[in-house]
Amino acid sequence: MHAAGVEEAITRVHREEWARVVAALARRFADLDVAEEAAAEAFAAAAERWPRDGVPPNPGGWITTTATRKAIDRFRRESQRDARHQAALMIQDDTPAEVLGPVEDDRLRLVFTCCHPALSMEARVALTLRLLGGLTVGEIARAFFVQESTMAQRITRAKAKIAAAHIPYRVPSAADLRERVTGVLAVVYLVFNEGYLAGEGDDAVRVDLTDEAIRLGRLLRSLLPDDGEVTGLLALMLLTDARRAARVSRTGELVTLEEQDRSAWDRALVAEGRALVDERLRVVAAGGERPGRYQLLAAVNVVHTDAPSARDTDWSRVVALYDALLRLDPSPVVRLNRAVALAELDGPLVGLAEVDRLGDVLGGYHALHVARADLLRRLGRSAEARTAYDRAIELTGNPAERAHLARRRDQLVSAGPPTGPR
Amino acid sequence: MPRYLLSVFGPADPTEFGTYPSREEMLDAFAATGAFNDRLRDEGRLVFADGLEPASTATTVDGQAERPTFTDGPYLETKEHLGGFWVIEAADLDEALALAAEGSRACRGTVEVRPFRTEESVRALTED
Repeated sequence: MHAAGVEEAITRVHREEWARVVAALARRFADLDVAEEAAAEAFAAAAERWPRDGVPPNPGGWITTTATRKAIDRFRRESQRDARHQAALMIQDDTPAEVLGPVEDDRLRLVFTCCHPALSMEARVALTLRLLGGLTVGEIARAFFVQESTMAQRITRAKAKIAAAHIPYRVPSAADLRERVTGVLAVVYLVFNEGYLAGEGDDAVRVDLTDEAIRLGRLLRSLLPDDGEVTGLLALMLLTDARRAARVSRTGELVTLEEQDRSAWDRALVAEGRALVDERLRVVAAGGERPGRYQLLAAVNVVHTDAPSARDTDWSRVVALYDALLRLDPSPVVRLNRAVALAELDGPLVGLAEVDRLGDVLGGYHALHVARADLLRRLGRSAEARTAYDRAIELTGNPAERAHLARRRDQLVSAGPPTGPR
Repeated sequence: MPRYLLSVFGPADPTEFGTYPSREEMLDAFAATGAFNDRLRDEGRLVFADGLEPASTATTVDGQAERPTFTDGPYLETKEHLGGFWVIEAADLDEALALAAEGSRACRGTVEVRPFRTEESVRALTED
């Protein structure tokens, strides 16, 4: 096989099998460190041997066998073995796959361990990307703009806490499942937003992170197919990511939803996301669980992707969806988003009044000033709009968004009365 | 089974009702904590639990030199001090955290959960 073919095979197997291998080893050896290192060693061995010997007929099986052998070798090398490790060595075969449904997948245990609420959010994100996503420590460090040694220490410390504090390697009980799943989804959504709304660095969108978050979202959906919020988050990420190509202009400027070239949206992602939202709507219509925040946000995005143009958007439905979200989460950020939609429905003056009511709590939040600036501009209140744009630019880290805001500010007419209705 | 220390912290200068704003609330917290302790004991999870006298009654001792030195007051100068603690046995951190939440509600204080070293971790520490 050509070298390129082998490399491609290794990349594919890594993507498909990494989490499964780490999760299976973690259960058998009750040690995340060993699981992670043995899995990494197995892929290193593949990179060395496959170009020479060819890709084995069952690459995933080869990796699992090799990784298991590496883990056993590691324990054998250590002179003093404790009872737990000896027990792990005595198991000749993995226990037969349990037939209790996807919830028993080892990867799900790994998900809940990596996202355990006793770990800091930073540690949860790092562990999830390393142990489930298979990103290298260097890749994760670059993604979060920290030194590789800092990231390595963060991961080591988290694994040490998991071991010392006896953080369990299991799927939480039914009573705790809802809350723990919410915690897992928060980690995945944070990774997605870190990529999509890149607050640091030179890239407007960090595709490595958005792709990884979507991959994790797909994995969670395959593991918890009946969880509405898991489905909702995947749909939300797909529908948002579908607009990626239209979101930044050739000159590197952020393009707002209103100005985007809708023909550049990824129709396959839109269709996939929409199908997931439809699935949840059917469940709700049949008397199932009420939609949570991710399902509602996904539904908002369906309204946008359904509209042939910004003008044709069903804003009353958007406002109604935000009203539903407010009942679940009466936070100022949700109120801000509702106010922006309300401005489209009832006019900028109504929207502005709502936005201004949030000034005290969200004064340091760039999106508030972006919304204010836009509404003031539309009302022809140029001087106030300019001040709001300045404040928004000051608070925005994303270079594409800064460029967009600067252009909008510089296009303001110097002063004067409203130029008429929009 | 893993052991955990559940520590409760409170203000360094307690009022006449300990760390509680009134006598009534103090008595309520004592009763709830007592009931929680009884339950831990019945379930076989309790190793030890008790409340401490105020930090101002502490004496700090350093016995590392030829003659020990004694200093009036707690070792750490902080605004909040250890006020009481439980030592419990739990299957894992999830169980320990659930018990800590109950204990926190009973005694009306924030609880820090910290695992004790195990034979295994001490062995890992002493091996090279």
